Amino acid sequence: MIVIANILVVLLISIGVIFTVVAVIGVLRLPDVYTRSHAATKSTTFGVLCTLSGVFLYFWLIEGDFNIKLLLGIVFLFITAPIGGHIMGRAAYISGVKPSELTVKDELEEVVKQAKKDRTSQKMKSDED
Amino acid sequence: MIDIMLIIALALFGLAVLITLFRVIVGPSLPDRVIALDMIGVILISGIATISILLETKAFLEVILILGILAFISTIAFSKFIERGVFIERKRDL
Repeated sequence: MIVIANILVVLLISIGVIFTVVAVIGVLRLPDVYTRSHAATKSTTFGVLCTLSGVFLYFWLIEGDFNIKLLLGIVFLFITAPIGGHIMGRAAYISGVKPSELTVKDELEEVVKQAKKDRTSQKMKSDED
Repeated sequence: MIDIMLIIALALFGLAVLITLFRVIVGPSLPDRVIALDMIGVILISGIATISILLETKAFLEVILILGILAFISTIAFSKFIERGVFIERKRDL
């Protein structure tokens, strides 16, 4: 039983380490902010999920302690890490960081331009009032 | 056997933090640096989890929760700062 638990723990932590290392290579080599945030949020989240699941299984199966704090940490990270990446990408686009030259299509450009125009015209109108 | 594997994992996590630190220092724009800092927080979380197996203690498991919350809130605050938006949106009826 302990052998099976050990194999499970080692397998999960190895998957986590592999995903983290791949994500770091992506952060080092990809060309612009948006692709880098893609590497940094998605695969790092999966890697840390696998590692924490391995630790949770270790404490549950080998030490005999069902640790609810670790489970809460797993759920919290799974919810918040992609939200942080998304909101950071939005902030980068609005603050005017250019995508790399390899980008094929930018569909957000017209929408943001229209929204800025609407906002300035609305502000002028409220100033006149 | 599991100890050797955990030490190798810790070494790889340390290497990952170093490479991400390179991106924090070099990174051409501010969002790059913030994303790299967020990633350092997440890698630290998995490193602390690995250490808690290595030392066979449950004392570090609160640190995981607190580091997760801190990384998330700092990312949100930095994104608001970069967007130069309003922190609290109020509806004024003039």
